[in-house]
Amino acid sequence: MVRIIGILIGLFFSGWLLVSFGMGAKEYITNPPAETAEHAFHKAAKDVSFSSDGPLGKFDRQQLQRGFQVYKEVCAACHSLRLVAFRNLEDLGYNEDEVKAIAANWPIQTPDIDPATGEMSTRPSLAADKFPKPFANDVAAAAANNNAIPPDLSLMTKAREGGAPYIYSLLTGYTNPPADLPAANQPGPGLHYNPYFANLNLAMAPPLAVDDQVSYSDGTTASIDQMAQDVSAFLIWTAEPTLEKRHQTGWAVLAFLLIATILAYLSYRTIWADVKAEKKKKSA
Amino acid sequence: MSFPWAKEYTPTTDFGQWMDKQLPLPRFVYNSLGAGYPAPRNLNYMWNFGSMAGLFLVIQIITGIILAMHYAANANIAFDSVEHIMRDVNSGWMIRYAHANGASFFFIAIYLHIGRGLFYGSYKAPREMLWLLGVVIYLLAMATAFMGYVLPWGQMSFWGAKVITGLFEAIPLVGKPIQELLLGGFAPDNAALNRFFSLHYLLPFVIAGVIIMHIWALHIPGSNNPTGVDVKGPQDTVPFHPYYTAKDGWTIGLVLIFFTAMMFFLPNALGHADNYIPANPLSTPAHIVPEWYFWPWYAILRAFTFDFLFIPAKLLGVLAMFSAILVWFFLPWLDKSPVRSGLFRPKFKIFFGILVIDVLVLGYCGGAPAEEPFVMISQLASAYYFAHFLIILPLLSRLEKPEPLPNSITESVTGKPLNTAS
Repeated sequence: MVRIIGILIGLFFSGWLLVSFGMGAKEYITNPPAETAEHAFHKAAKDVSFSSDGPLGKFDRQQLQRGFQVYKEVCAACHSLRLVAFRNLEDLGYNEDEVKAIAANWPIQTPDIDPATGEMSTRPSLAADKFPKPFANDVAAAAANNNAIPPDLSLMTKAREGGAPYIYSLLTGYTNPPADLPAANQPGPGLHYNPYFANLNLAMAPPLAVDDQVSYSDGTTASIDQMAQDVSAFLIWTAEPTLEKRHQTGWAVLAFLLIATILAYLSYRTIWADVKAEKKKKSA
Repeated sequence: MSFPWAKEYTPTTDFGQWMDKQLPLPRFVYNSLGAGYPAPRNLNYMWNFGSMAGLFLVIQIITGIILAMHYAANANIAFDSVEHIMRDVNSGWMIRYAHANGASFFFIAIYLHIGRGLFYGSYKAPREMLWLLGVVIYLLAMATAFMGYVLPWGQMSFWGAKVITGLFEAIPLVGKPIQELLLGGFAPDNAALNRFFSLHYLLPFVIAGVIIMHIWALHIPGSNNPTGVDVKGPQDTVPFHPYYTAKDGWTIGLVLIFFTAMMFFLPNALGHADNYIPANPLSTPAHIVPEWYFWPWYAILRAFTFDFLFIPAKLLGVLAMFSAILVWFFLPWLDKSPVRSGLFRPKFKIFFGILVIDVLVLGYCGGAPAEEPFVMISQLASAYYFAHFLIILPLLSRLEKPEPLPNSITESVTGKPLNTAS
């Protein structure tokens, strides 16, 4: 009885799936879906490597400091970094006094309540504060940016397919729209063509427009390409400040497990020796 | 209950004898996982994944309890509390990555464990109840994993919750009230997050309870084995300890190497980038996909693109998706072939191979965008899936001529007949 009912249900599901396949295939052949412009013109992220890549990857602190400078002088005007605190900058090689100075001199102050009046006010940031947001709220952010809210950058390299190479490609990928781009996909007012962006046009104007937009204190030439790499490396760190510790711990754990597994394997061989010996007689 | 030649627990110390009289817990462990439990001598490595799934359940419970100490189940702060764990809690990143990847490894183990059962006919008499309890564990694990993925309250959490609870909406009349009951509202929000957290904490312990019954049901007939032939004498078995504890032990080391390599060097490879964006009800992600272990069922859901008479395509998809798993409950009565092991079923072997490829194809299509040609491929693959369980297996048990079975486990291993005199 179970089998008769089962076969009937099976015939229904499989049969209807095959009919649906037939109808879908007919539609596919007679009316093939046209390739969208987003698909045709979109480019995969450029091939770029960072010192933190791979299981042995470590941060290049010099590069992180340069990337922080790019963030501070270029990105921070619009993009928040709300999950990172000034104190975390010590990871980049700044000492405590330098961190305090960076926090105190940050162009945007931290919102607070005036202890005397209880009114909303602002004060210079402390090392313990998170980076203050450039806009008071999303409405203010949208109003100042042609209705597009600049996303928070704290997790950006983990929150986009392609990670840091995608950020780098986006920053260096602005071009003029190609001649054969359909009119519907031409950048509208306030939009900028960038083939690395999923729908080809984004509201952010090219943030790194000219070489030497920032002047690096370590003497590195601030080409657009260099600045884009540096800020992408910095954003790998903001997304995962524990990355180096993770890699180091991983190797220690693997070394331990490898030894433990070899010992466990050897004891397995010893314990099974008598049972396996019996088995070998078969081939003998 | 065990074989008559099982070793008897004999406490040697005074304390051991005292304990055995008052609470025979050591005797219980000895008889269930120790030398007092004889297991077939010929179990291959496919028999290692049950204990491995158990190990990952323990890892999930321990890491989960620690995460719950730092996580805040509130829609306003859930996302930030996860980032707090990643950045400020001591070794919080390690605990969270262990928990996130542990779920995947739990499902890898459980899928191989189910696959083992399907190939070697472990669901057949006298182990039907064992199999049924296993399907219950799988269903509970799916519910637990789904609710766990909602907790970080990222974009994929939110939209996953919306899509999956939206499935119930397809059920006529009662669908909408069921969906509202599940969510505690009309869309995923704080009420949904709170109840999902509560249930996500509860269900693993329910799973642990069903696992106890699963192991209990296992110990009555004892393990199946690659030949599918019943144990007939003491020579057919070895004591579970030290033989299978040693075998399980070293493979657990091996799988932990893969697990830790994943969690320390590729911790986000199995996740989705969108879940690092805080939940936003006003912005729908381009592709909403569940975690990889749901992809085959997701492909079946999306394979139904045409209404059947008065039944809308969406309802058909929902029915088919649930049926795809519920069919496992009927498997012992659909496949009536008296031969358990697929090794001695020449035709079954081929169809089983096709099924494995079929489920992998479904998995690939379930993770791909809902576009052609993936929809057409999932339609063909889903058709085979249902045909395999509901048409091929019942017919095969009548039409197939199985190969001769070995006389005993011992004979299949050593080539010498089982000594029945002892």
